[in-house]
Amino acid sequence: MPRITFLEAIQQAQAEELERDPRVFMMGEDIRCNVFGTTTGFVERFGEERIRDTPISENGFIGAAGGAAMVGMRPIVDATLSSFLYPAMDQICSIIAKSRYIYGGQARLPLVIRSCMFYGNSNAAQHSDRPYSMFMNMPGLKIICPSDAADMKGLLKAAVRDDDPVLSFEDGTCWINKAEVPDDPDFMIPIGKGDIKREGTDITVIAIAGGVNVALKAAKQLQGEGISLEVIDPRTLVPLDRDLILRSVRKTGRAICVDPAHKTCSAASEIAATIVEDAFEALRAPVLRVTTPDTHLPFSPHIEKPLYPTVERIVAAARRLVGVAQPA
Amino acid sequence: MSPIGDNDRRLEKYRRMQRIRQFETKAESMHAAGEIPGALHTYAGMEASGVGACMALRDDDYMVGTHRSHGHPIAKGSTLRPLMAELLGKVTGVCKGKGGSMHLSDFSMGSLGETSIVGSGGPVAAGAALGAKLQGLDRVALCFFGDGASSEGAIHEGMNLAAVWKLPAIFVCENNRFGMSTPTSAAVAGEHVADRAHGYGIPGVIVDGQDVDAVEEVVREAVDRARAGKGPTLIETKTYRYRDHAVNMGRDLTPRGPEHDDWVARDPIDLYRARLLADGVDSEDLDAIDSAIADEVADCLTFARDSAYPAFEEAFDHVFVDRLPIPADVAAHV
Repeated sequence: MPRITFLEAIQQAQAEELERDPRVFMMGEDIRCNVFGTTTGFVERFGEERIRDTPISENGFIGAAGGAAMVGMRPIVDATLSSFLYPAMDQICSIIAKSRYIYGGQARLPLVIRSCMFYGNSNAAQHSDRPYSMFMNMPGLKIICPSDAADMKGLLKAAVRDDDPVLSFEDGTCWINKAEVPDDPDFMIPIGKGDIKREGTDITVIAIAGGVNVALKAAKQLQGEGISLEVIDPRTLVPLDRDLILRSVRKTGRAICVDPAHKTCSAASEIAATIVEDAFEALRAPVLRVTTPDTHLPFSPHIEKPLYPTVERIVAAARRLVGVAQPA
Repeated sequence: MSPIGDNDRRLEKYRRMQRIRQFETKAESMHAAGEIPGALHTYAGMEASGVGACMALRDDDYMVGTHRSHGHPIAKGSTLRPLMAELLGKVTGVCKGKGGSMHLSDFSMGSLGETSIVGSGGPVAAGAALGAKLQGLDRVALCFFGDGASSEGAIHEGMNLAAVWKLPAIFVCENNRFGMSTPTSAAVAGEHVADRAHGYGIPGVIVDGQDVDAVEEVVREAVDRARAGKGPTLIETKTYRYRDHAVNMGRDLTPRGPEHDDWVARDPIDLYRARLLADGVDSEDLDAIDSAIADEVADCLTFARDSAYPAFEEAFDHVFVDRLPIPADVAAHV
C-alpha cells in the first residue's frame, strides 16, 4: 500500500469522489490556488464550475452549499480554518442542521464542510480553534475528526457519500504524518465506528484527533514502566462509538480522555460522562480529562505549547490512576 | 393576450389571494380559541406580493420563504389540507407536525424552506440557483425576505454570491413597513431596499405590492433575465401588514400611523376584484370562487381535526436520514 500524508489523503479522497460522482463539487476561499495541497490539479481536471473560489463570505457560501444540496448536489465546502466556521453558525445551525427535521423529512442535505484545526503554530487565539464540541451539542450534524491518513481518506469518502451533513475537522498537527492508505476507489471507513489504535490492559485512553498521536507516545513511554495503555480513537464524534469505549473501559477499569479542545463541555467531558453513567461498576479509579485549559491560546510559542495535552500530562494522569507515585 | 392578462390566470391570482385570506382568517380565530399552539404570523394585506411573485414562477422553480409562512406555499399552489394539519401539529401536516406555523414549506411545490431565522433564506436561494445551474437546468430560485431581513448579513451574502456568479436567483423584499414593532424608516438606511441592488451591479426594482398584476410583471422580467443567464434581480414590493407581528399577543406592538387606513383602503384583494369586474368579469364567477374556497377551508379544517398527532417516535425522526433511537430513560416515561 502506498504511504501518503494526511493532506495527500484529503486530496485523494476529494479527487476520487469528484471523479466518481458529477453531483460532487467543491467551493471555498482560494481553493483553486491550492494553499495546503488538498486540491492539486483540480481546476485542470474538473474545471472551474466544479472547483469554485468563493468570496470571503462563509455564511453565504456555506448556506449556499445547503441550498445546492437540497436540490440534489453533493457539495464539499473547504472552510479553510475551523475558526472561520463562526461567521457561518447561522447557516450551519439553523439551516443545515435543522432543515431536514423542521420540514418533516422533506429536505435532504448531503454535504461536507471541511475545516482545519490550525493550532500549535503561533497563530494566536482567533486562528487556533478546535470547535467540534460546540457542534456536538447541535443535533443533525455528523462530525468526523480522524488522526491518521488512512482514516482521513476513508472517512472523508464516506462523508461525501453520506446523505446527512458532515463536518470534517482536520487536525493540522497530523498534516504531514504518513500512513499506508489503500488506493481502492471504494475504500471507506464507516462513520460512527471508532478504532483501537493500540491494545492495552491497565488504562483506556480515549483520544481525539491529534491527541491520539500524543497518547500513543505516552503509551510507548509508559510501557517501560509496566503500565499498559489501550488507546482508542473514536474517529467520529457524532455518532460516537460508545460501545467500543465502554467495552474497553469494562476491561481496564480506568479511563483518561485526551482532547486538544478546551475542557468545559468538551468531547472529553461527554465521553467521561458516558463512562460514568454506563460503566460505573467497572471503574477502579476516577475518570480523568487531559485537555486544553479554559484559557485562550497565546501567540508566544513558549506559553502556547504547554497548554495542549502533552505526553507528560498523559503520563502523569496514568500514574495517578494506577497509584504509582510521580517522580519527585 | 399576455400571460398576465390571460383570463384563467387572472382568476387564478384572485383565487390564490382569497385562499390565503380565508385560510388565515380561520387560522387566526382557531389560534385565539387555543386550538393552534405556538405563534401565528399572518400575511393579511400582503397577498398580492406573494401571489404575484409565485405566478411568475414555474412549478419546478425553487422558492425560499420566511416565518410569515402561510402565504408563500398557497401562492405557489399548495393545497390547504397539509397546511392546516401542520398548524394543528398533526402527523398529516406538511412537516409532520414538526414545523408549525412559521415553517409551512411544501417541497413538492418547489419550496426549500420557510425559515424563521430572519434573512437566513438568502444563501439557501443562492445555493439552489447554483445547483440548478450546475445541473444544466433552467430553473430559478426565488427568495422572499422582509424589510427587517434586509439588514441581515445573510441576505447580502446571498445576493453578492448570486450576483458575482450570475446565478438564476430573484430576491423579493416584501417591505411591509415593520420589523415586528420597528418601522422600516428606523431600520433601513437609505430610502429603498431596492436601491441596494446598485451595490451588487444588479437591477433593483420597486413595485406596488398591492397590485398583483404589477408584481407578477416585474418578477416575470426578473425570471426571464435569470433564465437567460443574466443573473439575479432585487425586487422590493411595497406592501403592508394588517395584523400584529404575531396575532393574539394581547396588544398590537406595531406603531400604526394615519397611513394605516390608506393601506387598508388599498386592500390587494378588493383592488383586484374591482379591476376584474371593470374588465368585464362576472361578479358571480368571483362569488363562486369565494364560496368554493370557503368549502376548501372547511374541508381542510375537518381533515386537520380528524388527523392524529404524531407518534412520539416522530420526535426522533429526520434528525438524520436514519431515525434515532429513543433513549431508554425517556421512553420509560412517555
